[in-house]
Parts: sequence; structure tokens; C-alpha cells
Amino acid sequence: MSALQKMMGWVDDRFPLTATYKAHLSEYYAPKNFNFWYFFGSLALLVLVLQIVTGIFLTMNYKPDAELAFASVEYIMRDVDWGWLIRYMHSTGASMFFVVVYLHMFRGLMYGSYRKPRELIWIFGVMIYLALMAEAFLGYLLPWGQMSYWGAQVIVNLFAAVPFIGEDLSIWIRGDYVIGDATLNRFFAFHVIALPLVLLGLVVVHLVALHEVGSNNPDGVEIKKHKDPVTHIPLDGIPFHPYYTVKDIVGVIVFLMVFSAILFFAPEMGGYFLEAANFVPADPLKTPEHIAPLWYFTPFYAILRAVPPLFGSQFPGVVAMGMSIVLMFFLPWLDRSKVKSIRYRGPIYKVALALFIISFIGLGYLGLLPSTPVATIFAQVFSVIYFLFFLLMPWYTSIDKTKPEPERVTG
Amino acid sequence: MKRLKNFLLLLAAAPVLAFASGAGPHLDKAPVNLADQDSLQRGARMFVNYCLNCHSASAMRYSRLQDIGLSEDQIKENLLFASEKPGELMKISMPKAEAKAWFGAAPPDLSVIARSRGADWLYTYLRGFYRDDSRATGWNNTVFDKVGMPHVMWSLQGEQIAHYKTVVDHEGKETHVFDRFELIKPGTVTLAEYDAQVGDLVNYLVWMGEPAQLQRKKLGIIVLVFLGIFFVVAYYLKKEFWKDIH
Repeated sequence: MSALQKMMGWVDDRFPLTATYKAHLSEYYAPKNFNFWYFFGSLALLVLVLQIVTGIFLTMNYKPDAELAFASVEYIMRDVDWGWLIRYMHSTGASMFFVVVYLHMFRGLMYGSYRKPRELIWIFGVMIYLALMAEAFLGYLLPWGQMSYWGAQVIVNLFAAVPFIGEDLSIWIRGDYVIGDATLNRFFAFHVIALPLVLLGLVVVHLVALHEVGSNNPDGVEIKKHKDPVTHIPLDGIPFHPYYTVKDIVGVIVFLMVFSAILFFAPEMGGYFLEAANFVPADPLKTPEHIAPLWYFTPFYAILRAVPPLFGSQFPGVVAMGMSIVLMFFLPWLDRSKVKSIRYRGPIYKVALALFIISFIGLGYLGLLPSTPVATIFAQVFSVIYFLFFLLMPWYTSIDKTKPEPERVTG
Repeated sequence: MKRLKNFLLLLAAAPVLAFASGAGPHLDKAPVNLADQDSLQRGARMFVNYCLNCHSASAMRYSRLQDIGLSEDQIKENLLFASEKPGELMKISMPKAEAKAWFGAAPPDLSVIARSRGADWLYTYLRGFYRDDSRATGWNNTVFDKVGMPHVMWSLQGEQIAHYKTVVDHEGKETHVFDRFELIKPGTVTLAEYDAQVGDLVNYLVWMGEPAQLQRKKLGIIVLVFLGIFFVVAYYLKKEFWKDIH
């Protein structure tokens, strides 16, 4: 036995290192027919690590203080060695996280990855999405620019729309009557400690659940139904390592090329990743002409604005916005189709999914614009489609004419 | 059917919707060229002479001007007051509260002004001052109506007045829009020269908004070339591993 093997033996007697490596990498059997859409899970993990590492370095020079925060960001951009790179990696990473996660979720919708037995994977995933939104919202206050300040003001005021306790609730969240130093400090604490811990924990359970039941695939058929009689390895499965590790490296490089193109040549991304108004220090006395959340929140912001106020209260809009995300949790039980993958679904689901995507992107676009009567009508139409996609799903998926699923994956 | 027709009509209106939000005064294109070090240096001199008395650039160090080709001695001799050191930040001695009393609003810090306003806005704004006796300073501006800032570079540009015209839109609403300037008292330089000087200044402001941006773009090319090579290696590695998977 070599010295290395001896050492591994010593560790394995005390900690399941080899067993863990086998269970999650070298003997975790993934379907061999993953396509383009299956890159985004590992990419989301990559961006998470990137955000945590760059975040640690930003924390070393950032000052969570209403008087100093804005200047400390510029200090990082100018006087800290490679500070500009770290900061742009973090700001680009925030938006790219949502790009990757939205594509990852779309993959789930296309191939029915949320269906039995993967309901919990989906639910943990939606929780990750919620935690990510909270993390992004909290982090956006930290540069302490005008859009940071007023964006936070608008969102925290949503809590004030809750009947009876709203006013007290919003003060409790802010720690002040307006967004101020106390708010900045607590948002900082949540952004750098609380939410990252929650995110990491959820990512672990998301992956543990995934590796328990095994990955879905573009055909939506279970590879565990056909195993080799001797080895008990799924016939259509291949070990994650080395096959998907080498494949994911290719995906990672392509992703990093897109990421770098943005980071190095257009870090503001035309105002979508870094808004012009956020280069003005926060001023509690001066409301910007047009307050819009960052692009990844705008679909929900558009739903909020599409719902007319009731008795002068914005609460119905807030409820609609909350419901638009809560509905996602029920997706595994709303879908009554006989098949999982879009490849074998009938025309009704394909049309429904297309309308849903158009509505979601349409809402995202409208959420960026100032509210006008025409835009509001559009947002209302799109919101109705968004909700009907979920609410009518039990009906339209059960009457849809599906094609027979193949026994084995088709490559 | 009728509803569908209405919906399609609305869809057709979508591009109009997008343009409706882009209203505002017409902006001239700023001649930004960060590769032109002479222009950046001229702009830096303009900035120190004309802006840096009322406006600060408190994130910017004088010594950073070495990035645009100035030596430490040049910075010391030409751009610094005797008491200042090159490592210092571009701060000013005017207290904010008094500045507010004098101008109605404290002059904003200009460190990242080009990133919040945009180069074209600054270029048009700095050439858009005109005489207006109704204002306390005697000046007004075509892109920033009732601005608190007086025309600092009037001796260069000279004094101009603005002619407005009345435009009737398709709904019959009348609006006053800026038509043209008329120079009533020439300055020490021609208007073309003034445009060029403001161009230099805006060029400098764009650079100062993010002094690392030249380095950023240079590094970006190296990173992309590296990733490109890495991609080829990774692609063939994947192909080799996957050869036996059918």
C-alpha cells in the first residue's frame, strides 16, 4: 500500500471521505443525455462561491455607515489593489446569479424536474430563489446610492401596506422612521452573515435531495427503472465524475467568457447591472424622478403595480406579488400531466409555457418603465396570464394530448 | 375576437410605449476618447482651474493623474496649491452649509458625475448656459432649467442667449422647446475652440469617474484570450472523455 492509500485509509476509518466522494461524484450516476439546459445548476453553485469570496474581500474595505458607505465603495474602486475587479465581480455576479437561476428554473419547467419524486428538490429550490431575492435586495442598499436608498424605501413601505400592523412593522424593519444608518447596519448584517448561511444550508439540502432521488433529464424518464442486473448501475447513467465534471468545465469557461465580457467591457450593462442614479449618494430629501428596482425584480414589481389599490391601500398588490411566488411552491401538485418532459407534452402545455414566459419577460420589461395607463393594461394582461398558468394547470395538463414516453432516454 | 384584436393593437403599441419614456432635452454627442492622453491632460487642467474651487472630487487623488501621463513634478507644479501633497484627495475648503446658502444647493462632488449624468449630458450642459435676467446668478441652462450654478467658463465661451420656439404636438398641446443659441458677446476663444475645451473636460470627467477603466479593458482582452485557449483545451478534453458514451 502506498503512503497515500494508507493516509486515505486512516481518514476513512474516522470520516467517510471516500464514501462521500463516491456517493456524490465518482459513483453518482447522472443520465447521459443532459443538454445545454443542464449547465445552469453547476453554474449557480459557481456564482454562489464567487459571490461569497468576492464578498469577503469587499467586507474588508466597505464601511456600513451612512456617512461613509458611498465613499468606501469608491475607495474600493480606486485605492484598494484590484478593488475595482472584486467589486465588479460582485456586482456582475449578482445579476448573473439571477440570469443563471432563471434559466435553471426554466429548465425545470420544460422537463418537469419538479414532478414526483423531486417535489422537495423543487421546494428547496424555490426557497433558495426567495433567499436569493432577499440577499440581493439587502445587498443593494449597501452602496448607499440614490437608487439603493429609494429602492429600499419603496420595498420596506410595502410592509407598511399590511393592515393594522403595517406602520409598526415597517418601522421595526427599518429600525428608524426612514431608511437610515440603523437600517444600513442591519441590512449589512443580514447580507453578509444571516442570508449567506441560509443560502448555503438550502443549497446543501437541495443537493442532498437531488442526489437521493437522482437527476431528471430532457426525456423526463427515470433512469433507475433500467439497471444493470449485476452492477445495479442505471443503464442510461454515467458517473458524474469524470463525465459531467469535464463537461461542466466547458460550460464554466463559456459562462466565464460571457461574465468577463460584461465585467471588463460593460460592467454597468447599460444601466441594468449598475444604475446611473446609484452613482449619486443617498439623499433622504431628494426623491429620484423614476424609481425602478433592478431588472431581476421587475416582473414582480410590475405585478404589484398592476393591481389597483383597494380603499386607498396598496395591500392587494402586495398580496398578489407575494402570491406570484407562493404559487411556485405548489407546482408539483398542480401539474397533472401523464408525462414530465415538454418533448412528450401536448400542444396546450407548450402554448401555456410560451405564454407564461412571454408574460414573465413582458412584466419584467414593464417593471422597468414608469407607470402609464397603457403600460398598466399590459401589465394586467400579463399578470392574469402569469396566474392562470398556475391556477389552470390542473385542468389544462390533464386534458392535454400527450405522446407516449420512451422506455429509455433518447440521447 | 374583439378582445384579441384589442390585445394585438396593444402589442403593436409596445414600441411607442418604449419611446415615450425617453423624453428630455436633446443631447449632443460628447467626443470621449480615453486613449487621447493630451486631451485628458488638458481636461485635468480645465477641471482644476474651473471646477475644483466649488466642486470637490473627494474620491480622487491628485497622484492618480500619473495614470494619464503626468509626472509627480508636473502635478505638483501645475495642479496643486503649495500646501497640498500629491497623495491627497481633491477636496475643497468651501463648507457645504455655506455653499448651500450661496447657490441654493451645495455643488455636488464630481468624482463619479460622469457615471451618474453621462458624458453627453455633461457636454451639452457645459455648453448650454445662457443669459437669463430672471435668475439670481444671471444664468440659466437648456438642459438643467433654473440651475443654481453660474456660467463659470463664460469668459471663454462668451455670453449667449437662448431662443425658444413653440411646438404644437398632435394633441394640440403647446410646449416651448429650445431652438438655438445666439452669441451676444464673444469670449476669448471661438465657439469651436470652446466646444473642444469642454470636450477635453468631459473626457477627463469620464476618465475620473473610473480611473481603472483603461486597465480594466486591457486586462479584459488578456482574460478573454486566456479563456478562449482554455476553452479549446477543455472542449477536446470533454470530447476525449465522452468518446465511449453513446
